[in-house]
Amino acid sequence: MKSRQPGALLQRSLMFIYLGLFILLPIVAITMASLEEGVTTLWNNISSAQALSALRLTLVTAFIMMIINVVMGTLTAYILVRYPFLGKKIMNALIDLPFAVPTVVTGIMLVILYGPTSTLGSILSGFDLEVVFAKPGIILALLFVTYPFVIRSVQPVLLEMTADTEDAARTMGASNLRVFMTVTLPALLPSILTGAALSFSRAVGEFGSIVVVAGNIPFKSQVASVYIYGELESNNPQGAMGLSVVLLLISFVVLVFLNLLQRQNWLNGGHS
Amino acid sequence: MNMTLRKSHNSGRWILTAIAVSWFMILILVPVGGLLQKLLTQPFAEIYRSLQTATAARAFLLTAKVTFLTVIINMVMGILMAKVIVTQKFKGKLFIEGLIDLPFAISPVVVGFMLVILFGPYGWLGGWLESVGVKVIYATPGIVIATVFVTLPFVAKEVIPVYQQAGLQGEEAAQVLGASQWQAFWWVTLPTIKWGVIYGVTLALARSLGEFGAVLVVSGSIINQTETATLFIHQQFTDFNYTSAYTASLVIAAIAFIILIGIEWLAKSKKEA
Repeated sequence: MKSRQPGALLQRSLMFIYLGLFILLPIVAITMASLEEGVTTLWNNISSAQALSALRLTLVTAFIMMIINVVMGTLTAYILVRYPFLGKKIMNALIDLPFAVPTVVTGIMLVILYGPTSTLGSILSGFDLEVVFAKPGIILALLFVTYPFVIRSVQPVLLEMTADTEDAARTMGASNLRVFMTVTLPALLPSILTGAALSFSRAVGEFGSIVVVAGNIPFKSQVASVYIYGELESNNPQGAMGLSVVLLLISFVVLVFLNLLQRQNWLNGGHS
Repeated sequence: MNMTLRKSHNSGRWILTAIAVSWFMILILVPVGGLLQKLLTQPFAEIYRSLQTATAARAFLLTAKVTFLTVIINMVMGILMAKVIVTQKFKGKLFIEGLIDLPFAISPVVVGFMLVILFGPYGWLGGWLESVGVKVIYATPGIVIATVFVTLPFVAKEVIPVYQQAGLQGEEAAQVLGASQWQAFWWVTLPTIKWGVIYGVTLALARSLGEFGAVLVVSGSIINQTETATLFIHQQFTDFNYTSAYTASLVIAAIAFIILIGIEWLAKSKKEA
């Protein structure tokens, strides 16, 4: 009945035009353009040693970030919801701080702190640990920009889940760790996975903070997005197509995963 | 026995809290503090002077302009998309919802590249637009389109759940009582989704102020013409003009932070009241 109202069709058409023109058409355009010189050329672009090395670095650093984020994000959400402590309100308000800091600024802050001329940087290089222009710098930048994702995904679920079940298990003699592993964690799993997937896809595409922190050293600190930018800078759009298409594919896969997760969640919710 | 159980529970509690709080401080607060400290050691006159240049002023003005346009477009289209998704049934709805989610998943550099392919001088639409005198890429329209692309989901994503929760009964009742569709939306629905809209707009605004990768590719970073605040910061940093890079960094981050945290605070106090 609703959709037969006057105006409904107009509104829907406006949405289709907006999304079609600004989201769908650019994706179609890059897909067509990448195939213009044939699948072999595209494949050669993707499988060149430098592109593969950039892609590998991207996936490895994003994966390490995701593991750390899952552990620390779940822990942080847990203490923010369950434990009282001094300064909790302030910390809760500051969780979203990374969303307010432009990615270039994140990079600059990390260079100030860990760069070769800084106190901390020179101490670390004494231990042969290079942060800036190296993998640790990339991971730190990714951890900074994705910090809120797991926390903000887990927090509302924990808030809704009262401590009653956990307390009941505890009175029956289960240890804290056992209670967490068998009662709390399974209930949180979908929200943890959602946060993990969101942070992973953000990390795979991250550019601003990494280009400042890690620079653009092929085979060492060059991630996929920086590789694409480098190819564009040196007027080689065809070379940039390969990894662009790969990153797009990764985006689609993560999105489908998130969608399935949501539906699974909804089914479970409908069951209980 | 109960006593020991409580006790071990408490010390575990203390250790876990200490770990999470230290992690937050080391990862987030210390780098922010480092930037602040760097700036505080500079003479104030130099900090002030570093932002007094015409280039800096133009960059900030362009960012303000782009952010304003982006926020307006996002607000109108975000509410519209949420309304269509919640109130209408149509074929391919799942696909449309996926399209709305997509911009968050795509790398900003790839976003910029796609827009260059489409709207660039040799692009499908760019060639035609240029022939009627509209320059998109390497100009302000391109920067606005890129920023709209990366912030597109914010408003719709915040409004849809609130709208769904509010339900359609109120709007339908108002229409039964003789209100037009537009009146029902304006007087009944909009007040209930207000905070969703405000929060979505705030997030979009913070992201617009800080967007870098997509804008970098689309703008060509032409000084005094297509250089936004974040491009200015990057340029100054790579040119070793650290004072102006740090100052501009702080200004942009502080504006985004104050707006974002301020709105969250406001929303929370409104909800509790």
